[in-house]
Amino acid sequence: MAELYRRFGGGLGTLFLALVGAWLAGMVLAPNVMMIDYALRPNLPPSQIGGPSDVYSLDNILYLANEGVHRAIFFKTVWASALVALVTFLVCYPLAFWLAQHATPNQAAVVLLGLTIPFWINEVLRTLAWYILLAFRGPLNAFLLSLGIIDEPVRWYGDGGVLAGMAYAYILFMLFPIYNSIESLDKSQIEAARDLGASTWRIHWRVVIPHAKAGIATGCVFTFMLAAGSYVAPALLGAPGSRWFTEIIYNWFFEGGDWNRGAAYALVLLVLCLAVVLVTLRLARVSLTEVAK
Amino acid sequence: MSAADRIARALFGFYMAAFFVYLFAPLAIMGIATFNTSRFPTVTPWQGTTLKWFQELSTDTGMWQSLWTSVVVAFCVVVVALPIGTAAALVLTSLHSRARSFLYAVMVSPLLTPGVVIGIATLVLWRQLGIGGGVMLIVIAQASFIICYVMLMVTARLQRFDPTQEEAALGLGASKFMVFRRVLLPFLKPALIAAGFLAVLQSIENYNTTLFVRGFDTPLTVYIATKVRTGLTPAVNALALIMIVITIAGAVAYEFARRRQAARLGAG
Amino acid sequence: MSHSVELHQVGVTFGATRAVDDVSFNVEGGEFFSILGPSGCGKTTLLRVIAGFLHPTEGRILIGGKDMAALGPNQRPTAMIFQSLALFPLMPVWENIAFGLEARGVAKAERRRKADELLRLIALEGFGDRMPGELSGGQRQRVAIARALAVEPQVLLLDEPLSALDLKLRQHMRAELRSLQKRTGVTFIYITHDQSEALAMSDRVAVMSAGVVQQVGAPRELYDNPATPFVAGFVGETNAIPCTVKRIEAGIATVDSPHGTLTARAGSALAAGKAKLYVRPEALKPGNAAENALSATIERIDFEGAFALAHGATDDGKRLIASIASTDLAAAPAIGARARFGFDRANAVVLPDG
Repeated sequence: MAELYRRFGGGLGTLFLALVGAWLAGMVLAPNVMMIDYALRPNLPPSQIGGPSDVYSLDNILYLANEGVHRAIFFKTVWASALVALVTFLVCYPLAFWLAQHATPNQAAVVLLGLTIPFWINEVLRTLAWYILLAFRGPLNAFLLSLGIIDEPVRWYGDGGVLAGMAYAYILFMLFPIYNSIESLDKSQIEAARDLGASTWRIHWRVVIPHAKAGIATGCVFTFMLAAGSYVAPALLGAPGSRWFTEIIYNWFFEGGDWNRGAAYALVLLVLCLAVVLVTLRLARVSLTEVAK
Repeated sequence: MSAADRIARALFGFYMAAFFVYLFAPLAIMGIATFNTSRFPTVTPWQGTTLKWFQELSTDTGMWQSLWTSVVVAFCVVVVALPIGTAAALVLTSLHSRARSFLYAVMVSPLLTPGVVIGIATLVLWRQLGIGGGVMLIVIAQASFIICYVMLMVTARLQRFDPTQEEAALGLGASKFMVFRRVLLPFLKPALIAAGFLAVLQSIENYNTTLFVRGFDTPLTVYIATKVRTGLTPAVNALALIMIVITIAGAVAYEFARRRQAARLGAG
Repeated sequence: MSHSVELHQVGVTFGATRAVDDVSFNVEGGEFFSILGPSGCGKTTLLRVIAGFLHPTEGRILIGGKDMAALGPNQRPTAMIFQSLALFPLMPVWENIAFGLEARGVAKAERRRKADELLRLIALEGFGDRMPGELSGGQRQRVAIARALAVEPQVLLLDEPLSALDLKLRQHMRAELRSLQKRTGVTFIYITHDQSEALAMSDRVAVMSAGVVQQVGAPRELYDNPATPFVAGFVGETNAIPCTVKRIEAGIATVDSPHGTLTARAGSALAAGKAKLYVRPEALKPGNAAENALSATIERIDFEGAFALAHGATDDGKRLIASIASTDLAAAPAIGARARFGFDRANAVVLPDG
């Protein structure tokens, strides 16, 4: 703080601190504290708020644990989000490696720019594109039917559709961290490994992936978090049988009218995401300060 | 070249082709569907070529209204996020080691929070204060994490700042405010422009957070998502196509500018 | 006459490090004063204290007789030229030069006029609208000087501003700085680790080592009468001969050394016991004539132009360097030969070890 005031003086220094305080206290901390408060209170009619039954309890969270359908959807969301992260990683890794190690500067610039194009239009339109592509009478079915790969149209909406749409939506969040971390790998290390007779598979497993660990962890963490917290992809590309945890939360708020239970569910989602983030980063031995592009 | 190498090359070529088909085919189909007369946007079967969906888009007042809402929100988000993000970067860089790592972790935490949670937390806090969803809450909720991006971009730029410039200015008699205005801010300008640009994009594209705090206001993403469920027509595709064309034009222009600059630097 | 600068027992401590220790000296108004020392000796810290970027842990600084303790860098009658120059890269040259005037609320037209005037002074007329990045190293140097002079400081502080330039340009800029200082009459405090730079430009020099000022004096005085072994070794080349002081009479010390009994001027605080005798290479004359003589085996002779340096080894394995004028090279000892070098006792000094 002393440094801040020394550099900018009393007026500006205080202004900066006030702005940051308003952000962190008012826009980050207070909302989350209030959400926790909501999550731990029962849903009561206005007349009973502050009354004898308005006490803190874990009832809302226990409700989730005991309600079989919701619990199943929660766990499905967890593993499906992990699957999204894995699929996105597999899709992105070869391209990231090529971009970082083999592409000429101009090739890399063009490809990176091409990659960003789908991401300049919004997530809803990206998902809409898949909605059109995967429609029952849509282009994908028509294409596969004409090739004779399938005999009758497939209902893509559902888990498969959600997975495809999400992997598509989060490519950039996976690709850039991996690309950045592989780029810092000295080419001669790969050449040395090859010179020593290592197979391509072994080079990646023993040299490239350990080096790019921080980028891979970052990409996976972001993709998981975005997938678990996504609403639009499951809403558009899902089917009644493929509900996502965020849809349940939405329903508590805007259809069930039980904000307290909704807040409790949101809290569970937040804790899950933070736990996954921290555990993954710890396992990969990446500090939080490296998680930034 | 060995047979194994040739196979590896062919596999990689196939992968690259598949990747870019995966990347662009959905967008291409969405764009092409705009010109099909079919009421549901598709390219199969092709029922006839038309431009009527552009006309329908131009008369869709709800769409224009929601676009206007999004623009207003994006503008406000920039106004909120740029000063706070810059202040955050300056506070962060004036701290040392432990305190700095801690504050950094706190400051990036909104990026690691699911968008729906940000929306919900903002909604419950402000309901407690008697304020319901709407443009104001959308701005607050979006800004709370867009500030992180601004902070990161400004911090990155600050790391290349030579602090002796500040001392030089002070030594010449400048007040601390003048040092900030005449030396530091001009240095940060490129990062602020880029951050402002990113903030607009992030704001307009946001759906997950916005959905919970929108109240009775309908920004563009919410409007489109609602259309998809309640009567999707290729008019939405027309809108998407316009956005894609603008994006590609911008990307091409950017790439040309970059190459010209690279050539100039290379020559000079 | 410009302001004088007085330092009274200034000390700076960073955590456990004592960067500047009990430094006192006076700089006269209008003087070209250098602070000379190896890197890490605390000279830059001292300059930053004078400029006001650092607060001294103890001690007082007076500029023009006024205590500076309560004044920030932007309130002191000083201007600083940084080692990196710290030109503002995003402002054209003229705005750089006029920055200090802008800070003082001078109107734009007047600022431009003053900047153009200074550009003429540094022979960069017409460069006002260029950006600093488009200038050469020497031009940027001159812009930095003009920027500092624009605020008409009483004291100009220079932190090794020539170190980034190549040799030719550095020598040229030395002369230019010196003449600029004479013309403007501004007090210059100049930091450098280059002793030839300090000796050539300064009216007086303070030699610093490990946070302590070893000696303050005119260049000649430092060279001829070093007060401490550090000054003797750091300012110019010298030969240090280990010896034991036998007696001191009328300022002349008689010592025992591996070369026999020698006599030389006694440094201050010299007492009987272990000491070193310092004699400059150019004070050594080949031949046996004088009462003082050193002997060494000649290993090589490096021709340097105006003179040559004869490098030898003494019997106790120490290096010995003697300077021989090029015109006397014909009479120089042969390589591999044992040679004797005489010196006048007035040209050598004995200082206590330590």
